[in-house]
Amino acid sequence: MFDINSYIVQILTIIGINSISALGLHVVTGLTGQFSLAQAAFSGIGAYASALISLKTGLPFPIALIVGIIAASLIAVIVGWPSLRLRGDYLAITTLGFGEVFRVFLLNFEFTNKALGLHGIPRETNLFITYFLLAICIIITWIMTKSRIGRNMITISNDEAVAESFGIKLSKYKLLAFTISGAFAGLSGGLYAHNILYVNPSDFGFMKSVDVLLYIIIGGLGSLPGAILGSALLTGLPELLRGFSQYRMLVYGCVLIFLMIYRPQGIMGKSDSSISKLIRKKLHHIDKTSKGGAV
Amino acid sequence: MGVLLNVNNLVMEFGGIKAVDNLCFTVQEGEIKAIIGPNGAGKTTVFNAITKAYQPTSGEIWLGDVNLTPLPQYKIIEHGISRTFQNIRLLDSLSVLENVIVGYDSKLNSGFFSSLLRTPLQKREEAEAKEKAMEALKFMGIDNKANLSVSSLAYGDRRKVEIARALISKPRLILLDEPAAGMNPLETQELMEIIRKIRTESRSVLLIEHDLRLALGISEKVVVINFGKKIADDTPYEIRQNPEVIEAYLGKEVS
Repeated sequence: MFDINSYIVQILTIIGINSISALGLHVVTGLTGQFSLAQAAFSGIGAYASALISLKTGLPFPIALIVGIIAASLIAVIVGWPSLRLRGDYLAITTLGFGEVFRVFLLNFEFTNKALGLHGIPRETNLFITYFLLAICIIITWIMTKSRIGRNMITISNDEAVAESFGIKLSKYKLLAFTISGAFAGLSGGLYAHNILYVNPSDFGFMKSVDVLLYIIIGGLGSLPGAILGSALLTGLPELLRGFSQYRMLVYGCVLIFLMIYRPQGIMGKSDSSISKLIRKKLHHIDKTSKGGAV
Repeated sequence: MGVLLNVNNLVMEFGGIKAVDNLCFTVQEGEIKAIIGPNGAGKTTVFNAITKAYQPTSGEIWLGDVNLTPLPQYKIIEHGISRTFQNIRLLDSLSVLENVIVGYDSKLNSGFFSSLLRTPLQKREEAEAKEKAMEALKFMGIDNKANLSVSSLAYGDRRKVEIARALISKPRLILLDEPAAGMNPLETQELMEIIRKIRTESRSVLLIEHDLRLALGISEKVVVINFGKKIADDTPYEIRQNPEVIEAYLGKEVS
C-alpha cells in the first residue's frame, strides 16, 4: 500500500537531516571560507558510530546520537589540525582525500561489515526529533554568528591578512569551525542511520559531500536561511520531478545551471558573499602570489 | 621621551632579491615619522616586517623592551602596534561598526561557550567593544555611518573606517600605509588634522606616504629609502635639501 502521508513525512525528515549537515558546512565554508569536501565522511562517522552503539550495545538512542557527534567532531579535530594550514584548493583536495580514505576503509573493515554495511538499525528518528534538533542547531549557529566567534570567522573568510593583523588566530577559528561542522554532520549521520535503518559505505561518498556543498551554494553562501532553503529545495526537487521518470536528474541539472546563471550568489545570498566572490578572491590570490607584491 | 620602535639591521630577502637591506631606524615615543621613497623602494615591506606579516631574513625589531622578531603575526597587536593597508582592506560582509570592532578583538576574552551561553562577562565585553568602536568612529567623524555596510561608503570614508579600526585598540604605535592615496586636497588636509590628533593622545605614528606635501608637512622626522637602503633620516627641512634624496626622486643631472 502506498501511503502518501508517510512518503511526505519521510521527505520532510530527510530535508531536516540534510539541513543539519548543510548548517555544519555553512559554518566552515559559508562563514569561515574554508572549502571542505569531507562533510559526507563526517556524516558517515556519525552514522556508523551511532548505528554500532544501537546494534552492539542496545543503549538508548540519545546516547547513540551523542557518541556519533563526539566521534565525528573528534575525527574532525584530528583531520583539521594538520590540514587547516592549507588554503583553498589544497584544503579541498585534502578533505576530499580524507573522505575517500574513509569510504575505502569502511569497504575493507570487518567490524563494520565491509561493503554490506550495517542493517537492522532500530527506527528511532522521527519528524519531531529531527526538527527539534535542527532548531537547536539553528539557534547555536545563529547566536554564534552574532557573537565575537562568528565575527572573527567572517573576518577570516573576508581577509586572512587583516584577521591576523588584528590578533585573530587563524588556526584556532578554522579548527573550531571544522569541529562544529563535524559535530553537526555527525548528528545528521546518526539521524540518517536511524531513519533509513541501513548504512553502507557508498552512502557517504564524494558525491554526497558535493551535494551538501550544492545546498549551501544554491541557498546562498554565507546565509543561514540559505543553507536550510538550499537543502529543502535540492532534497525536495528530485522528488517533485519524479513525474519525469528517467529524465529527472537531467531536469535537476538544468535547474542548477539556470540558478547559477541568473542568481550566482544563491537564493538568499547577498551579492557580496557569493561564490563568484570566492572565485574572484581566489583569482586575486593567485594574482598576488604570482606578483609577490605588497600585501 | 624614549625610543619606542627600534628597527635594527633589518634585512628582507625574497629569493635572492634584497627588498630591504640593512635598514636601521627608530621611532620616538609620541613622534610622527614618515617613510618615503620611490616606488618599489621597499616601504610596505618594512611595514610587513614590523607587523610580522613577513619574517625578517635577519635583523631585529624591538618595541620598547619587547623583541618582536620571534613573535607570530597575530601577537603583534597585543604589544601595541596596529596598522592600515595600502589598498584599503575592509571586510565587506560586515557593517562599519563591526569592522571597527574587529580591531578590538585582541582585548576580548570570551570564547565559544561563553559566547553561546551569552554570559554576563561576554555581554559586557561586547557592549564595551561597541562603545569603543563608536568612540573611534566619532574620533574620525563618521559615527553617523556606524550601521551602514562598508561597501556603500565613499573612498575617503573607507579610509577613515580603516584608521578607526587601527585606533580602537589604543596602540602605542600606529602604522599608516599611504593614508592619503586617492584623496583630494581637502580630504588630505582633514587627514593631517587627524594624524596630529592621534599624536596628541601620546601615540606614535609611522606613515608611508607618496604625497610629499603631507609627509614633509606633518612629520618630525623622515626616513628616505631607495632600493631597500636608507639614504637619509632627518628633519623634513634637511630632507628637502639633501642631494641624494633629490637624486632618488628626480634622477641625476646629466653633465
